[in-house]
Amino acid sequence: MAHQELLTGWGNTAPSLATVERPRSLDEVVDDLAASTGDVIARGLGRSYGDAAQCAGGTVLDNRGLWHLSPIDPATGLVEVGAGVSLDELLATAIPSGWFVPVTPGTRQVTIGGAIAADIHGKNHHVDGSFMNHIMAMTLVTPAGTVEVSPESDPDLFWATAGGMGLTGVVTKATLRMIPIETSYVTVDTERFENLDSIMEAMITGDDDYRYSVAWVDCMTKGPKMGRGVLTRGDHATREMLEGRSATRPLVAPGATKLTVPITPPSGLLNQLSIKAFNEAWFRKAPKKRDGEIQSLGTFFHPLDGVAWWNRLHGHRGFLQYQFVVDDAHGDVVRHAIERLSGANVPSFLAVLKRFGPGDPGPLSFPMKGWTLALDVPIGPPQLPGVLDELDGLVADAGGRLYLAKDSRLSAELLRTMYPQIDKLEAVRARVDPEHRLNSDLARRLEI
Amino acid sequence: MRNAFGQPQSVLVLGGTSDIAVAVVERLVAQRTSTVILAGRDQARLDAVASSLKEKGASTVETMTFDASDPSTAPGVIDDAFAKAGGTIDLVLIAVGILGNQDDFDDDPVATTKLFDVNLTWPVAAMTALRPKLLAQGTGHVAVFSSVAGVRVRRANFAYGSTKAGLDAFTLGYGDSVRSSGIKVQAIRPGFVRSKMTEGLSEAPFTTDIDQAADTIVKGLSSSSDVIWSPPVLQGVFFILKNLPAMIWRKMPG
Repeated sequence: MAHQELLTGWGNTAPSLATVERPRSLDEVVDDLAASTGDVIARGLGRSYGDAAQCAGGTVLDNRGLWHLSPIDPATGLVEVGAGVSLDELLATAIPSGWFVPVTPGTRQVTIGGAIAADIHGKNHHVDGSFMNHIMAMTLVTPAGTVEVSPESDPDLFWATAGGMGLTGVVTKATLRMIPIETSYVTVDTERFENLDSIMEAMITGDDDYRYSVAWVDCMTKGPKMGRGVLTRGDHATREMLEGRSATRPLVAPGATKLTVPITPPSGLLNQLSIKAFNEAWFRKAPKKRDGEIQSLGTFFHPLDGVAWWNRLHGHRGFLQYQFVVDDAHGDVVRHAIERLSGANVPSFLAVLKRFGPGDPGPLSFPMKGWTLALDVPIGPPQLPGVLDELDGLVADAGGRLYLAKDSRLSAELLRTMYPQIDKLEAVRARVDPEHRLNSDLARRLEI
Repeated sequence: MRNAFGQPQSVLVLGGTSDIAVAVVERLVAQRTSTVILAGRDQARLDAVASSLKEKGASTVETMTFDASDPSTAPGVIDDAFAKAGGTIDLVLIAVGILGNQDDFDDDPVATTKLFDVNLTWPVAAMTALRPKLLAQGTGHVAVFSSVAGVRVRRANFAYGSTKAGLDAFTLGYGDSVRSSGIKVQAIRPGFVRSKMTEGLSEAPFTTDIDQAADTIVKGLSSSSDVIWSPPVLQGVFFILKNLPAMIWRKMPG
């Protein structure tokens, strides 16, 4: 049953009202699309930080009911998954039978539909690329009809859908190639660095030796220790590496989240002081250097899933995540960004620093070869809008771009500078959705 | 669309030549505002404001005229504004009003009624016509220029103050009625601002110039408060004034 609902993204900013439909099948998606009079956009678990899965005054298809999960083909690792299935649900059945998703972000609470719409990346981008590189085919409902799309059958439509933020159609299911694992554990090397240069140097020289790599960087310490951080890198553990209890049960699916944030505390709980103290404690806790530690997949990949609704900690004003990528020649932009934010006393938790491998052909797909930095900041400091506008300029001048799944405040003008191939998306939309029935608050804001 | 900071892309100004409203819109254009619709009394002045906003970077500026002394024109103005915007209107600034001189109202029901029409009835009619449109677009922000003069009405301008008291009360109640639908409504309560509206009047304590007032208001538009005080200190000052016993209040200088 349709009802009106006030929706926001994960950052709890810019709410808007839409009619929400909950289709349970491809036919119902087709019907909902035909029956709606205004604009339409698909939504999964609402983990985009900004306004990507909102459609003010229009219709939002809450696609969590598109639930379908085939057995995983033991020979090829191929699995057919409904768009509403979350990575958490997929992994709950995949891990015990020795399979893992080829790409996972910092949370398992994203749907397959959302993973395609954002062309998500993980700690292995430098080796395995982004999510769409592992999608063999998908079913897409467009205003011009329903199509089965693969990179071979219609490369333009397939890649425009990769990171296309739902603007080319509604994905109902997809075929994904899983990767085999011997155990549900990762062997992890951890190293602590006293400043940004040393951590970046270590990543340049050593990342290729690991399938997974990520650094957590402190953005609130100024001076010579600016950008100090902890680098964690790892690979899937083999059975031989396990000892004791884990050796007898090598394939265990991650458990349910134990903690939750039941209410939204006042904004300002997370402020400069409390975050500084947290960052300090976190840095001290990390070992100077530790090799070969065995961690569970959940601990290593999904630290954000430890506490449900952690986004509420930022209070009713909400927060945003700023994530950009620049190529290897512009690694200095990472330094400038951290300097600018720490200099402006913007309270920020640890930032995530990663190296990307080459991007895919998606005109709106985010990753490209180089450095990506992501950080959370609460809404509130009056200097924040201006500081981020400045950083946008730096990133755009360096030929870099912002991640639309995280964005909630980029200007329409700079979107075109950052994604110069956007014309390819427009050409595909002219073919499958000439009236731009598929539209979102994000698309309106960025004039896509 | 409004972004995470509440910065609007499209703005409708009712009372489009108000000095403070124009200064506010200039600041919004420097942020994310690209479309501005100015509705006002005087076409020549609207044109001047429009060209200056374009120079400052607005890509589309449309103008329209209306007569605020005739509240029956309000629904048509709202319809036309949405037609001109051709999409979502993110922020509606309502800056319709005249100050007048209390001496002219004391014994003149016609002049007093006209003051109420312009300052209260027309804006109320416009806001009422606006309401279903905002609910239909599923997003929006209305900021209404009230005044500290309405917080506790003084004998020196009780007619003007009463129009603002009425408008302020209507605005806050209106805001509560649309709050759960994602529409943000704020009453702006400026103190004495040096502008063409107050030219020749003697200044009150905590007087600001237009730029100071506009800076405070733009900051307030991004906040979640129902009321924007300009300057902010007036919130405390008027808390005290409002609670003064009438005996003392009457002894205060007019």
